[in-house]
Amino acid sequence: MSLLEVRNLTTAFQTGRGEINAIEDVSFSVEPGEILGIVGESGSGKSVTALTIMGLLPRPPARVAQGSVWFDGQELTGLAETRMERIRGKGISMVFQEPMTSLNPVLSIGEQVMETVRAHERVGPAEQRRRAIEMLDRVGIPSAAKRMGDFPHQLSGGQRQRVMLAIGLACRPRLLIADEPTTALDVTIQAQVLDLMMDLRDELGMAIIIITHNMGVIAETADRVLVMYAGRIVEQAPVQTVFDAPAHPYTRGLLGCVPTLEQDTRRLLAIPGSLPEPGLRPEGCRFAPRCELAIEACRAGLPPLESLAAGHDVACIRA
Amino acid sequence: MFGIFVRRFASALPIILIVSLMTFSLMHFIPGDPAAAMAGLSATPDMIIQLRHDLGLDEPFLTQLFTWYSGLLHGNLGRSILMGKPVMEVMLFRLPVTVALSAYALVITLVIGLVAGVFAALRHNSWVDQAAMVFSMLGISLPNFWLGLLMIIIFGVWLGWLPTGGYVAFSDDPVGWLRTSTMPAVSLALLQVGLLARITRSTMLEVLRQDYIRTARAKGLKWRVVVVKHALVNALIPITTVVGIIVSLSVSGSVVTESLFSIPGVGQLLTQGVLNRDYPLVQGGLLIVTTLLVFVNVLVDVSYALLDPRVRHENR
Repeated sequence: MSLLEVRNLTTAFQTGRGEINAIEDVSFSVEPGEILGIVGESGSGKSVTALTIMGLLPRPPARVAQGSVWFDGQELTGLAETRMERIRGKGISMVFQEPMTSLNPVLSIGEQVMETVRAHERVGPAEQRRRAIEMLDRVGIPSAAKRMGDFPHQLSGGQRQRVMLAIGLACRPRLLIADEPTTALDVTIQAQVLDLMMDLRDELGMAIIIITHNMGVIAETADRVLVMYAGRIVEQAPVQTVFDAPAHPYTRGLLGCVPTLEQDTRRLLAIPGSLPEPGLRPEGCRFAPRCELAIEACRAGLPPLESLAAGHDVACIRA
Repeated sequence: MFGIFVRRFASALPIILIVSLMTFSLMHFIPGDPAAAMAGLSATPDMIIQLRHDLGLDEPFLTQLFTWYSGLLHGNLGRSILMGKPVMEVMLFRLPVTVALSAYALVITLVIGLVAGVFAALRHNSWVDQAAMVFSMLGISLPNFWLGLLMIIIFGVWLGWLPTGGYVAFSDDPVGWLRTSTMPAVSLALLQVGLLARITRSTMLEVLRQDYIRTARAKGLKWRVVVVKHALVNALIPITTVVGIIVSLSVSGSVVTESLFSIPGVGQLLTQGVLNRDYPLVQGGLLIVTTLLVFVNVLVDVSYALLDPRVRHENR
């Protein structure tokens, strides 16, 4: 049985123009120890998917309109907040993309790691402290014991992201969701943080969902890839397949946006047009207006996510 | 921390100097003559001239100013014309009354204002929020003497639960103090509660939207811990500023409240001083009150450093 099983998940937001689905009919699973990459442009529904799993969306305006999230045999949508609190940080942890604002400015970093341990485990102050130092050390904060009393503003962006990671890992979760964990960081620091996450995956045996719009990050880390567009999954495949034989025109477009050394660098491909607003999504295939291959049938109805090969699903009638 | 305190207080000294200069000038340039007021209706012009001479009021303005400041350097604020006692002695007798009343009002304000503000923010747009905001708007808009009068009529006259005025010192009789101080403190707190509830609500709403609140929830902390330890502590930084203003407000509010409830505090004393042109009393009294308020606001400044490590490190 999968560690995480998301089935037909639809999250709706109440807006001035009525209820709008931020994500629709999203289904996927994550196996223990697996790294799943979720890619897509900003606004494609990646973060909403993650926050729905965590139960962290403000309700209202958000609500799970349909579907279910099974984690370790337990259904999370509609779970009482007090039960959910026990899962967050212990079963599933989440690391956010804004290292500059995601740490509490008035608490020391040591306290921010320790309180996570305190929330989930009955251990004394000395043990909490030992665990926090161990984790800060593990994520590469130099002389961690001395830095325990430091406040976020005394750290660089890369160090803050490491502290975030230490918080996420403090209780050795079964699943870590990392939402754009490297976007705000320098390129050299990006690679370090990604390496670190993979090392920790190997060491702790946890699964990771890594959310990014950067195909380079996916290539480096993911075992399997989920491509999202306008709130829906358009393609799902092992990482090698996505790079070697992408089936959906949107996936191909995303790959065309990645500059490589071999490619003719004078012309970087871009997908024409932009992501439709959630309230103004077109009938039929949502990518059709931007798609070179679109035909009349594409605009007629939503293409279902169908299996192309084993482990390779695509939602495109032209694939 | 003590270093910050001393530095902030030193930088506030010019404010005290400016305020004292302004009070001094104002008292001397408004019409009215303390000598005439003292001598009474039957006094002859000669008697008044003699009295003016005795009080040093016939000296040039600058000489009087100089005399006053040099007395100040020796800790001498002069003698009250009205009471015939040293200003310092009169103030030290009255000050505890106003301080106790203001402190009581501040406690009421902090408890009700913070709780109402936090709950309004947590139940944003619900009836709790609406009700809290309507009441705080009323508190801000209604004149506090009106509520004072209303309370006197209801609790003092009709129900007879509390005395309609007067004052018993806390050290003499704590229960008596509570009985005489509760209505004045509540009417003093009215405006303050409204201000604090509104600022607490808007600050909490702002803080609850911050990314670090989401982080705290993602850790699996209990909602109560997220609200108090993560949201409220951060919200206290702007709230503290308002508390500084509230303390100043309660001193000016005490002028009306003390008259209304016949409480022998500083507000009532200074009102009498102004009406009788008791120059030394008003000048000395305001100097002491100003110094106290500057002190409170320096405490507010220092508390930023206590609450916010970023301020603490800047001031190292």
